[in-house]
Parts: sequence; C-alpha cells; structure tokens
Amino acid sequence: MSNGKASVRRPYVRPMRGWWRRDPFFVRYMAREATALAVLVYAIVLTVGVVRLAQGEAAWNGWLQALRSPASLLLHAVLLVSMVVHAHSWFDIMPKTMPIIFVGGRKLTAATIQRIGWAATVVVTCAVVALAWWARA
Amino acid sequence: MPDAAQSVEFEVLRYRPEQEDAPVWQRYVVPFHHDMSVLQALQHIKDEVDGSLSFRWSCRMAICGSCGMMINGKPALSCETFVRDLLPGPVRIEALAHFPIERDLVVDVDGFVKKLEGIKPYLIPKESRTLAQGEYLQTPAELEQIEQFSSCINCMLCYAACPQFGLNPDFTGPGVLALLHRYNADSRDGGRAQRMEVLNAEEGVWSCTAVAYCSEVCPKGVDPANAVNQNKVNSAKDYFLRFLQPKGAR
Repeated sequence: MSNGKASVRRPYVRPMRGWWRRDPFFVRYMAREATALAVLVYAIVLTVGVVRLAQGEAAWNGWLQALRSPASLLLHAVLLVSMVVHAHSWFDIMPKTMPIIFVGGRKLTAATIQRIGWAATVVVTCAVVALAWWARA
Repeated sequence: MPDAAQSVEFEVLRYRPEQEDAPVWQRYVVPFHHDMSVLQALQHIKDEVDGSLSFRWSCRMAICGSCGMMINGKPALSCETFVRDLLPGPVRIEALAHFPIERDLVVDVDGFVKKLEGIKPYLIPKESRTLAQGEYLQTPAELEQIEQFSSCINCMLCYAACPQFGLNPDFTGPGVLALLHRYNADSRDGGRAQRMEVLNAEEGVWSCTAVAYCSEVCPKGVDPANAVNQNKVNSAKDYFLRFLQPKGAR
C-alpha cells in the first residue's frame, strides 16, 4: 500500500475438495464424463473384433463366442445404458457448442437442435441394426 | 401465504481476517415479510442486529451485478431472490464460490477485473469514420449475433458456477470469454486479432470442459457456455488456417 501502512488483507481461499458432490448439476456433469469411458470400452471391444477377424476364421469365431458369454452380455447391457446416458447428456450440451443459427430469419432453438440430434441417432441406429440384420441372413 | 409475523433463520458464512483464520457460520433470525428479498434480509441484519456484517450491493434491481452470493449453495443475485421461495429455512448464505473471501460476503475481484481489461472489452472499429460519415450501422441479424452476450452485468455468478475456474483461477472464465465473443462477433469490430491470443491460450476457451452450469445460473440469459464453446471452433480454425494462408497474409 502506498500510505505506508501494512495491508490487513488476508483473502481466504476455500478448498475445492469434493466439489462435484456440491450440486446435482455437477453430479450429472460427472456422469456425462464417466459414461464417455463406456464409449471407449466399446471402441476397444470392436477393435479387438477387427484384430481377431484379421487373424483368421478360428480367432473370429472365438471372439463371437466370447461376445455370447453372460459376462459379455452383462457388460454390453451396462455399456448400452451408459451410451444412452452419454448421448442424452451430449445432446443436452450440443446447442451450447454451436454458433447461433438462423433459419428463415428465426433463431434455431436449443430444443430443435436437440431433436435433430436425437432424430439423427434414431436414423443411424436403425440403419446399423437393419444392416446387421441383413448381413446375418 | 405464511404469517407476516413469522421469522426466518439465516446462517451466514462470516470471515473477519483480523479475528478468524477460517470462515465460521453465524446464525441470525430475521422477521419475515412476503415481499422481502435476501438482500433486504441482510440489510435488516446489518441495520438492526449486527453492523459488522459486510456485503456488496447497489441497485436492488438485478442490473448492477454487485450482490451475487451463494444462496443455499447456488450462485444468485440476492436482490432478486425472495425469502418466500426459500421457506421454511434456514437460509444459508455464503460468499460467491471459487473466489477468495475478502471479508464475510465480499470476495476478491482483482483477478476478474484484470481479465476483463485484458480482452479490450470495447469496439475497435474496422475502419475509422469521421463524425460527418455518420454512425456505424448494423443489421438486426448482425445485432442478434451479439445481443445476448452484451447483456452481461459482470456479476460473476458464472464464475461461482464454474468448477474449472475454482480448480484453476487462471482460467479466463465464462463471463469474460462471453464478453470477448460479444466484441469479436460484432460486425463493426476489427479487434479480433488482438483478442485471439487470450481466446487461444490454454487458460482461454480450452480450459472449459462444457459443464455449462454458468449458463444455468446467469441472471441475464447471456449463455456464456455457448460463447465459450463456439469459440473452441474459432480457436481451432485460427490455428489450422494459418498453414493454408500464404506467408505474410497474417
């Protein structure tokens, strides 16, 4: 201080430990971040499938067999739920990641952007399931 | 409607640096009125019960941005938060989260003000015009690109909602980045190149992990999360496009 007196300021910094438990909003955010790991795990499962395919028919059939095990089915059920939670939280945030869009002179609302996201998800999911069904026959 | 004679309990986090090493909760009882804001309750405490309680306020109508605090754990302007919505109490009041507490409900805003100055929060005209040439014109569509972001009142509630700022006080933060966008996205502005350094820095948009609680608590509908996240794209473009431009073009 320029008046020659020592400052009596002693700002107190509060700890951040356990911050994500302080508000349900933060808990939901952490769920979004955590379920991203499900996307990673499933990517690994598929990558292993590609590697086993390259190793020949026996390896490929072994991988298919492994997918049918109860542990694998349970894992896939968990991954599916996690992916749905992740997709939901991601579409929630999607309007915030985009520039303001005008269609016919009107601002595109967050709800419309979210609906487009879900519609794209449904279309792509149906296409993939249909493709898998067709390839199976 | 509760009886006018009812009273409400308040728990206020107090910090008096000359007498405490860490903040302590103090309990007050305030007579309840149906139209009483949390700010008025604090004013009652200061005027009638305990004159040593410190807090900031000014306009009482959600435009000056001074009276932000944590009310029952959520960042809010105390002037526009009504006690009737918090009944039966107790109402817990704490200084804005993530900022150092200077005294009681008063936080240290030095860091915020420095960041705000750093983004040149004013129009830097693309071309200078003489008075005779008239004003800088803008179409309604161009105005719409910036209007919501220009509503920021610097209340800092978004910082109290941002865990990334809490974990790293160097993060430029939602409010200042929203104002940076407000000027960069203005059709009349030519100062973009001067602000990109702040935006591109690790402490700029890249410290944001899209928690987006900032937009939830903003009392003015600014949507800072949108300003920050659409500028991640701008920052990436700014970085990669330099490789496509002929030398000397920048």
